[in-house]
Amino acid sequence: MSQSSLQTVPMTRREWLMSDRPQSRLQARLGRAYMTWQRFSANKLAVAGLCIILLLILIAIFADVLAPHSPVIGNLGGARLLPPGSEGYLLGTDDQGRDILSRLLHGSRLTLLVIVLVAIIAAPIGLLVGAVSGYAGGWVDAVLMRITDIFLAFPKLVLALAFVAAMGPGIENAILAIAITSWPPYARIARAETLSVRNSDYIAAVRLMGASPFRIVLRHVMPMCVSSLIVRVTLDMAGIILTAAGLGFLGLGAQPPLPEWGAMIASGRRFILDQWWVATMPGIAILIVSLGFNLLGDGLRDALDPRESGQ
Amino acid sequence: MTIPETTQLAGRKRARANGWAKSVLRFLVIIVTTYLGLLAVTFFIGRVIPIDPVLAVLGDRAPAHVVERTRELMGFNKPLYVQFYLYVRDALTGNFGTSVLTTNPVMADIRRVFPATLELATFGTIIGSLIGVPLGVLAAVKRGSIADQIVRVVGLVGYSVPIFWLALLSLLLFYAKLRWVAFPGRIDIVYEYSFTPVTGLYLLDSFWQGQWDVFRDVFRHIILPASLLGYFSLAYISRMTRSFMLNELGQEYIVAARAKGLSETRIIWGHALRNAAVPLVTVIALSYAGLLEGSVLTETVFAWPGLGLYITNSLQNADMNAVLGGTIVIGSVFIAINILSDLLYRTLDPRTRAR
Amino acid sequence: MSTMLTVDDLRVSFPTRTGLIEAVRGVSFTLGRERLGIVGESGSGKSQTGRAIMGLTPAHAKVSASKLNFDGIDLLTAPAKVRRSLRGSRIAMILQDPKYSLNPVMSIGRQIVETLRTHENVGKREARDRAIAMLEAVQIRDAGRVYDLHPHEVSGGMGQRAMIAMMLIAGPELLVADEPTSALDVTVQLEVLGILDKLVSERGMGLIFISHDLRLVSSFCDRVIVMYAGKIVEELAASDLGNAKHPYTQGLLNCMPTLGTNRHPLPVLDRQPEWAL
Repeated sequence: MSQSSLQTVPMTRREWLMSDRPQSRLQARLGRAYMTWQRFSANKLAVAGLCIILLLILIAIFADVLAPHSPVIGNLGGARLLPPGSEGYLLGTDDQGRDILSRLLHGSRLTLLVIVLVAIIAAPIGLLVGAVSGYAGGWVDAVLMRITDIFLAFPKLVLALAFVAAMGPGIENAILAIAITSWPPYARIARAETLSVRNSDYIAAVRLMGASPFRIVLRHVMPMCVSSLIVRVTLDMAGIILTAAGLGFLGLGAQPPLPEWGAMIASGRRFILDQWWVATMPGIAILIVSLGFNLLGDGLRDALDPRESGQ
Repeated sequence: MTIPETTQLAGRKRARANGWAKSVLRFLVIIVTTYLGLLAVTFFIGRVIPIDPVLAVLGDRAPAHVVERTRELMGFNKPLYVQFYLYVRDALTGNFGTSVLTTNPVMADIRRVFPATLELATFGTIIGSLIGVPLGVLAAVKRGSIADQIVRVVGLVGYSVPIFWLALLSLLLFYAKLRWVAFPGRIDIVYEYSFTPVTGLYLLDSFWQGQWDVFRDVFRHIILPASLLGYFSLAYISRMTRSFMLNELGQEYIVAARAKGLSETRIIWGHALRNAAVPLVTVIALSYAGLLEGSVLTETVFAWPGLGLYITNSLQNADMNAVLGGTIVIGSVFIAINILSDLLYRTLDPRTRAR
Repeated sequence: MSTMLTVDDLRVSFPTRTGLIEAVRGVSFTLGRERLGIVGESGSGKSQTGRAIMGLTPAHAKVSASKLNFDGIDLLTAPAKVRRSLRGSRIAMILQDPKYSLNPVMSIGRQIVETLRTHENVGKREARDRAIAMLEAVQIRDAGRVYDLHPHEVSGGMGQRAMIAMMLIAGPELLVADEPTSALDVTVQLEVLGILDKLVSERGMGLIFISHDLRLVSSFCDRVIVMYAGKIVEELAASDLGNAKHPYTQGLLNCMPTLGTNRHPLPVLDRQPEWAL
């Protein structure tokens, strides 16, 4: 390995990324990202998870184009409860003559909506609470952590249930209910990261330069928490999807005729004996997406923090 | 012991007594604040969120004078903090109001249905631990092998699958097609009159009373939902067991144990698992709490007359008192289990005991 | 003096994601009922040599040698059960830090008894008595009380003495001590070394003393092996250290400060790449 910093021989892109003497911050950042990607892509299951999620996003974007039929209007007269493989209905139809495949494809939008909104609401709240709590210390820390622990000790599904019961069914209320019960773990993670970073020299340096606590927390402390947070959010996604589906199953999520996957299972429940596909197909969709997030989250965790994978 | 060692020991004893008092105080603060927090949240949900909380409780078809009287009785005309104080006082005495649906006090309803959920969650956790722990140990010991992969896949599916959907499918298979199990409910109508439950835990009661045909019937009813919850539980438990075991097996004392010439079996079960047991017990306790929650959806599918079904039924009927009462009960048990598992951890780990 | 242990061309390598790491590259020596010191820095392969003799190399590593004999038993071809029965009863190993090498949830006494009952068929009462006697032999006063304590409840020195008791109770003939005093305070080091000295002499054991501390090893052992980058660079009698020939050994000796002379600045080892060949 050459010790000199003068590179007269042109390097391949890979060498440039992996060089241990980066010439610029950009090179260092890209190099780190490249190595993380290497570790990640070595894990086949994680890549599979990533593909599933990308597929979900693509389907949600192009649902209108991909779906052969309307997800809400069905052929009540001629196409009720057709089995999978019927002419024009790949996965069969439900009791209102609606194509199940089209409903699933459009339902992916609802799933994605839930995930994105819950993440956007819960993660920043948790990050802020945790970072402020960890950096401020003292009684601010004690109070904020007490509140966090109180929320952590609550049963998520049951509280979301009660919340939606009070606010009325609907997908916005379901999202809000889930987000409110999801932020505590992020606060804990952010606080743990903040505590380990707080006493480091570069924070002291920034403070000496006159930065206000706001600026320090915002620009220096919070970015350090981001990678652990991303891993945790991804891993939580599966649980959030399942909770949302559970709420939908109980009739508390998106209201008919919206093709929410959990609600589809509930409406198909009556026909489970003879027309099993109405309730089964949405469950498979939920399983696949949930699996995808779990695999992706596991892979991200192993790639971003090699200590955890234990090799 | 040398003289400095004896004074050290006396000082440590004194510090231990002080520390003990402090931790008891801290423990009480935690319980009180958490429980108050739960009540605050349910109060918020029940009184603050609905536009007219009285209507939420009574339904919108109640006559006007009843609404006014209830408004007086429930103290809605008083300031918020007084309302909260009354609310807390009521909750602590177990007064959750009256159910609109059954016209019974909510607490009486809950007392009737809770044992069913308890029995299900307990059975499920037993299945989950008895299978999950050995699977996790196997996966850790044979790391990277086929057995490890299988255990991990089984676990992965377990926490990716919607439990109510799996419940439906399992009913389809094991009840509708195979007739191996019984459905719905906990017990056949035939036996409902000849069987008097004592604790509310039917398996235990029928076993205790020696009523074997009742026991068999109850078993056929409970085995499927309990196995489902058990699968859920073992997915989590096996994953955590594997993780803890891998952690322990990498420690120096395992090398020392091998240096002593101990057999692998003894090292795995007597040394590694013994150490992993400490965090594992808390995992099992938390899994139990999780099953209490999971039963909410499972009971709906199996028509299991437990607290979960009670809450969801009340929900469909806009019976806010019942919903909130059930939420508080589950929430309280949840909090209790969380705190207990923390306590268990401290007592089991000899390192924290000394502190 | 008859030979107890023969090591000939021992090699230990670890496959990693970035290639094969050769920790031990052809180490050879013999040992009788004497004390051999193996000295080297981190990464020199000294610990792995000791573990290979014990059969404690991690499972994914590769161990090979043209000869690895203990008292006529070929350790390379011996079945795992035989190797296991040797460990603790005939060859024993002391590890570095009692904070990590003692089982935290078992009492000290139980861990000692465990070694004994694995190799000998003794009753509980007798095992307990012998364990307490062993604790007294390593100069732990109030052995009966310490028997019931847990490892975190005793000091480092006491823990290390308990480890010695635990490993020597079944009466092994060969002891591999892997940095036995490196985790202890300096004053405690001397105590523990004294106990080791006494026990090894009393029982006529062979000793392999692995350490990074050249001076310590030279005062304790009869012979010294110096390792660097997985190979032996020098082998000589402890009393003969002044006549060390290899530049690495000379460099190590040179680096040590001495009382009475002003050696400012202290010389630093100047590594030559050919030492690693």
